[in-house]
Amino acid sequence: MELFKKYPKLFQWIFLLIVFFALCFAIDVPETYKFIRGQAEFVKDPNQSTFVFLGKEVRYYAFDVFWRLPPLLGWLPIWINDSLFFLMNDWMPMEFWNEDTQEYKTRPLVLQITRNLTAFMTFLIELIREILLGGLETIVAFTSWDWIDANPWAELPGLPWTIVAAGSAILAYKLGGRGLAIFAGLAMTYISIFGQWKPSMQTLSFILVAAPLSFIFGLSLGIAAFKSKRVEKALYPILLVMQTMPQYAVLVPALVLFGVGDHAAVIITMIVAVPPMILLTLLGLRAVPPEVIEAGRMSGCNNWQLMFKVLIPTARRDILIGVNQVIMVCFSMAVISAFIGAKGLGFNLLLALNQLNIGLALEAGLCISLIAILLDKMSLAWANKQVDYFGNLNFFQRNKNSLFFGIIMIVGIALAYFGSIYFKDGYNYLFEVPHNKGISTADFWNKGVDWIFDTFFVYIKAFNTWLIVEVLQPMRALYLRMPAIATIVLVVGAGYLIGGTRSALVVCGLTLFIALSPWWDRALVTTYMATFGVIVSCIIGFTVGTLCFQNKHSTKFMLNVCDIFQTFPSFVYLIPVMMLFGITDTSVLIAVIVYATIPATRYTIEGLRSVPSGLHDAATMSGVTKFQRLFKIEFPLAFPHMMLGLNQTIVFALFMVIIGAFIGTEDLGQYILKALSDKKGAGIGLTLGICVAFIGLIFDNLIRTWVDKRKKHLGID
Amino acid sequence: MSEPVIKCESVYKIFGENAETMLKEANGNVDAKTFQENGCIVGVNNASFEVSKGEMLVVMGLSGSGKSTLLRCISRLTDATGGKIFIEGQDLLNLNNKELIDLRRNKMGMVFQSFALLPHKTVVENIAFPLQIKGINTEDSINKAMDMVKLVGLDGRENYFPRELSGGQQQRVGIARSLAVEPDIWFLDEPFSALDPLIRKEMQDEFLRLQEKLQKTIMFITHDFDEALKLADRIAIMKDGIIEQLDTPANIVLNPATEYVRKFTEEVPREKVLLIEDVMDSTTTEDIGDLKVSKDEIIENVAEKILTQEKTVAVIDNNNDIVGSINPTKIINTVFGGRKTNN
Repeated sequence: MELFKKYPKLFQWIFLLIVFFALCFAIDVPETYKFIRGQAEFVKDPNQSTFVFLGKEVRYYAFDVFWRLPPLLGWLPIWINDSLFFLMNDWMPMEFWNEDTQEYKTRPLVLQITRNLTAFMTFLIELIREILLGGLETIVAFTSWDWIDANPWAELPGLPWTIVAAGSAILAYKLGGRGLAIFAGLAMTYISIFGQWKPSMQTLSFILVAAPLSFIFGLSLGIAAFKSKRVEKALYPILLVMQTMPQYAVLVPALVLFGVGDHAAVIITMIVAVPPMILLTLLGLRAVPPEVIEAGRMSGCNNWQLMFKVLIPTARRDILIGVNQVIMVCFSMAVISAFIGAKGLGFNLLLALNQLNIGLALEAGLCISLIAILLDKMSLAWANKQVDYFGNLNFFQRNKNSLFFGIIMIVGIALAYFGSIYFKDGYNYLFEVPHNKGISTADFWNKGVDWIFDTFFVYIKAFNTWLIVEVLQPMRALYLRMPAIATIVLVVGAGYLIGGTRSALVVCGLTLFIALSPWWDRALVTTYMATFGVIVSCIIGFTVGTLCFQNKHSTKFMLNVCDIFQTFPSFVYLIPVMMLFGITDTSVLIAVIVYATIPATRYTIEGLRSVPSGLHDAATMSGVTKFQRLFKIEFPLAFPHMMLGLNQTIVFALFMVIIGAFIGTEDLGQYILKALSDKKGAGIGLTLGICVAFIGLIFDNLIRTWVDKRKKHLGID
Repeated sequence: MSEPVIKCESVYKIFGENAETMLKEANGNVDAKTFQENGCIVGVNNASFEVSKGEMLVVMGLSGSGKSTLLRCISRLTDATGGKIFIEGQDLLNLNNKELIDLRRNKMGMVFQSFALLPHKTVVENIAFPLQIKGINTEDSINKAMDMVKLVGLDGRENYFPRELSGGQQQRVGIARSLAVEPDIWFLDEPFSALDPLIRKEMQDEFLRLQEKLQKTIMFITHDFDEALKLADRIAIMKDGIIEQLDTPANIVLNPATEYVRKFTEEVPREKVLLIEDVMDSTTTEDIGDLKVSKDEIIENVAEKILTQEKTVAVIDNNNDIVGSINPTKIINTVFGGRKTNN
């Protein structure tokens, strides 16, 4: 009894777990239920039952009220679909002037808007693309094809790769100094020589359109949210869901609204990239010291002047960190958008992976990684760069970079001209190295992969089988035995114990949404894969982080490694694992583990680092050993921060699991992938995406509430 | 006497959701405790005072006493909950946004505790900022700002960024910026509190030199009683939002109105604060010595001379006319008497 009084929380938790397991054992999986591999919802299946909602037939698999709730939300995807189609095809038909046929035409309003939007995006993308690579479309947009035929000279020539490479080196020098400049120059030269120039520039042009637009929208919405509490409250849930929504799932509705191609991808990229920009703008503006605002007011600023002359310049660094985030999100979307037909490196990667040509995939992946690191380092250097004073420099000193770029332009054009005379075989290597004419290492890598397979096949196979049979399948079976009721009890109980009624209600709502959707079993599989990944990642990340923290140099090294790995788009991680483990669940899980270990390690190190040095000294002076210090001082204080790392680990793991569908899993991600190729898939894709986002949000809510409480308890910030 | 530059009539500032209705119900009798129980915090409680032209009013109080809130009410960085504030006869609380901005652009300057400089602008750009906001073109504003740079003694550093300056130098920039528009009213919110003691003293002297030259109407906020004594024409001592006493430094030291004020004055070295004028007898006796002291001298400076006299000493004014007398025992009583003893 005394124990009970001493640790009331502990006993509440034990009680909760007992109830949970009792429910799990009491409720059996119904006999009628079958988990059918790869079975999509769009195909009629005799095992499915149906119900009718608002005149629509909703199909679902058999349920047992206790094991799995009736799919009351089954109508949601169908409803979303129908509404989208209605919006696009029937709502508000209006007369619009058609340039091509020179007459008025009746078109639904939304269709017209989206078509105009896509036309505008296409124009922007083509413009940038043709500045980099050359082409006709931009001139055509202002004139006509007939005019082009009449004037064959009218063609944007495109920039020779030498100029682009040198230009990026100069920009890198201006932003981050000599080291970054050398890296930029080498990376661009590598890309050119290895024949990846065209797809790389396509990807780059995609980012050059998507990132500035996302920046503008994000900044304006961030300012609006800063100014009005109401706007902030309205935006908040969207921001929250978008943070945990797999990027992949957003692609699906884009198909319906904007079609296939770069323009659709740009628009959808903006939807993903704007939320982090809003958050960081808000954060930056909030961090402006109140006295600076007062100083602005006392100087007689009106609202406009206060915002643009005082607040935004003072919040410069945070806003530029936002730009960095925007660029990185745009880049990873540029790769994933290959699924809806965006051109560029991502498309080549997808193609190579589809053909199981690991060599080609590796080459594309390497280019993607190089550009990712380059973009990340450059935008961070921009954010961290202090404003400088130029007034006392003369004209040449002030404009040396532009002048230098001018010289580069002339030299580059001269070289390209020289090349057009020198290279007789039709390829001007000083202008652009064609895709199939660069140095290719694909064969080498392919041979390498074959060799690995020949040599280690037995071991890999054995490991694979062991993992699947001994670990994964039992684990999956256990997860599939979790009845919806029991899970809700567990989650709500945990919510109540951690954060009280409010928290309990929130997580209850989130869980109910998943439970009432027709995909409870798939959600369990997603959770099982994510959990497996998270557990292993946390063990690795925690150990590596703690070990690296013992030494200053290794700490710095490890943080840098995390930085670099984090910039890679998640898709890239699939290449090496497919190389080693082929197309199995193991591959996906290993990719998940690698990807999710990054935040786990980073947050462990950062958490340990955040322990105040005063405490460190105090502990040392009380004569603790290294281990005592670690266990009595550092871990307890760093633990809340590490838990935030767990939160990130879960989100990363979920993202990877969903993308893993590409290799072939049987969870929610697989359905999203299927929805991508289905013209009625928008509703399903979106609902599935929300389900995944909600899984993430359940953990997010529980962990954050706990961390906040714990931090308050410990009195750290 | 002309109209006061700043005039406050029972100003209240109460934070909280239904502050205004509660203030109305309280009917001028605001009790901080009852307000707190209802979720309101009283920042300024019934402040009434006037500041006349060229006068320096120092508002002294410990943290949380409402002194900064009072200043922000008068600069209308926050709106007062009740009462009236007049700036040169204009009703401050009735100004619309445009009029308020005009007032700030032309009449007011403010210096902040944490300097509040714009990190992306150089020294001279920071100083020119209020001018440019007003719409003055770049060249004129920079020229004017350069004058200010010289005034505060930062010439040679005009192209530095705030991050490259020491605290004292940064506050000089803050002072120069607040003076750039040549305001009539100068608000200083604990301008020297974030500085080291030595720099603080240096800045106080510099500040007095500037004020000698400029003769602005000043509201100066501080939590340092010594600073208040050194600078003020009059001091307002605040506690829990209430002005406990508002008087000249000498009167506060000699006649503290409340127990709270007395605690501050206890440790004050009176000989350094009081002038001969403050302690002299305005009557002259027959038995007067040869020594004459000016009424504007600080006691400390002439104490030795007076104490070595046996007779009463004559006090003269600027015109060398005798206006009073002072007996050596009076000096001894002032400096050593009337204090709380330790036993």
